[in-house]
Amino acid sequence: MFSAIKDLLKYDKRFTFGFSVMTLMIFLAILSFFSPYDPKVWNVVPRDMPPSLKHLLGTTSMGQDVFWLATYAIRNSLLLSVIAVIISRVIAILLGLITGYKGGFLDRFLMTINDSFVILPLLPILILIASVIKGALNINNLGILLGIFGWAWDARVLRSQILSLREREFTYTAKLSGMKTLSIIIKEYLPFIIPLIMATAMNNMLWVIGMEVTLAILGLSSLEIPTLGTMIHWSVNSQSLLLGIWWWILTPVFICILLFISLYMLSVSISEFLDPRTRLQRIEVMKG
Amino acid sequence: MLFFKSYLLPRIIQYIVVILIGTTVVFVVPRLMPTDPVQKTLELVALQGTYIDPEAVEKLRETLKELYGLKGTLFEQYIAFWKRLFKGDFGPSFAQFPTPVMDLIRISLPWTTVLLLLTTTLSWVIGNILGGLAGYFSNQRWARVLEGVAMVIRPVPYYIVALGLLIIFAFAFPIFPVGGGLSVGRELHLTLDLLLDIVRHAFLPALSLVLVGSSVWFMTMRLLVSNIVREDYVLYAQVGGISDREIVFRYTIRNALLPQITGLALSLGQIFSGALITEQVFAYPGLGTLLYNSVSRGDYNLLMGITLLSIIGIATGVLIIDLIYPLFDPRIRYR
Repeated sequence: MFSAIKDLLKYDKRFTFGFSVMTLMIFLAILSFFSPYDPKVWNVVPRDMPPSLKHLLGTTSMGQDVFWLATYAIRNSLLLSVIAVIISRVIAILLGLITGYKGGFLDRFLMTINDSFVILPLLPILILIASVIKGALNINNLGILLGIFGWAWDARVLRSQILSLREREFTYTAKLSGMKTLSIIIKEYLPFIIPLIMATAMNNMLWVIGMEVTLAILGLSSLEIPTLGTMIHWSVNSQSLLLGIWWWILTPVFICILLFISLYMLSVSISEFLDPRTRLQRIEVMKG
Repeated sequence: MLFFKSYLLPRIIQYIVVILIGTTVVFVVPRLMPTDPVQKTLELVALQGTYIDPEAVEKLRETLKELYGLKGTLFEQYIAFWKRLFKGDFGPSFAQFPTPVMDLIRISLPWTTVLLLLTTTLSWVIGNILGGLAGYFSNQRWARVLEGVAMVIRPVPYYIVALGLLIIFAFAFPIFPVGGGLSVGRELHLTLDLLLDIVRHAFLPALSLVLVGSSVWFMTMRLLVSNIVREDYVLYAQVGGISDREIVFRYTIRNALLPQITGLALSLGQIFSGALITEQVFAYPGLGTLLYNSVSRGDYNLLMGITLLSIIGIATGVLIIDLIYPLFDPRIRYR
């Protein structure tokens, strides 16, 4: 695992980029614990100040410090996406393993339901749900909600991987030597699919953070909790662009873009790392 | 007959299951709500302080229950829900009482449909052609530049791209209007001038949809083609002296298109969701803006109507793509 990360850092610029941006984001998120201001209290600093040494990224129209607010926003957005990703991973892995390994009618039945969730336009459905349970959508609940809806595509990806693993030589060897299905899956298959799970998790995290931004813009999540989405929501709602307070809106937008690109690059480089064809190329690069 | 059983039947079952699951989610979710909407409305009326006859309150409760579709047992409600759905009746809008929800949707639907059809086709075509070329000539400098650009745009959600374009082209350099579908005070007469006005207003929303959409198709197409390029038949064609142009368009892109058509069907729901949010940014008078207004006014019937309609619309779109798929893939046609 660690040698793989070392390899990727050395030979894949995209991974290096993604990895360093994510490290920076996690550092900023940790920094929020040392913030001098409470993010939920307004008017703690002068309003609408441009960036300066005292307020690194300026202040908002509500009298909050943009830099420290952003650290809270990053922390909450990351936390939310981790909750959602864990829930959807559990569902996706279970479904992928069951349908891929068992096959037959169960596979066809579950995949039909799975494909329905892939096709369904999730945004209107999520908006409907969010507006029904409005007010109760704190970080945990929103994470759970997005986790419940975000598994379909990845279950499909995992299933196809299991399908190909099932036909390999070692599966037969394991079966014939009397290994139980569960231990075949855990001992033999899991090492193969863990990197794939990582890659899909990055993609899913990207989707979750994007969805949170979208719902917050529409004013559907708890707006007093600072996340990247609610930060954009408040700055757009206070007409920060028209008033020329660009530091307020550009900070969350820029962080979002950085975060999305780095997650995507991590996901792409991990899944390419898995592809045997590119692995051969990499060995050639290493040799000479 | 075999074609029907092994290809068409599963597709039609899938179609029915999608709609069934979608509508059931829409039916169940509001009923899980901790607060009773009828009770809430009654409390609001009581809060106004005027004395109301208890009998009148009971009557009001009945009417409200009827309005929200909350009469009878859960099963009866579900049946009634489907009956209304088949009639295309989503009830009246709460915010613009008593205009039926269907009427409001009917006004905004054409705006969204045209924008969506145009941008989806355009981004699919652009993304696939550029992706195919970049995959084939992957060592060229321009291909790398294109890949870099697509890689940066691809993961950014529609909302952020739309917001970025709005900041650049409507605030920093005011070339395009900030939002809307038409200039204020314009009447709907079919003239060239009006058409130009519509295009000018639709340009930024369309651009943001095409930018994100085509980079999505670009990335997958590039990957597909760069795998096909290593196949023996491509090498054979090169050795045989067939021009690069012909190899790209007739052998590689054509072979990589089939998974892209399937991909189009599978991602239609996401594209649609993206279009909704883009419309809201530009206040484009389509379903997205209607959806946003219904959220901010708490117009529950309208929200439900849009959700149900989009589920049915997307499912139908996917079915249509699936049905024309055999035209492109001879392996299915001749099975």
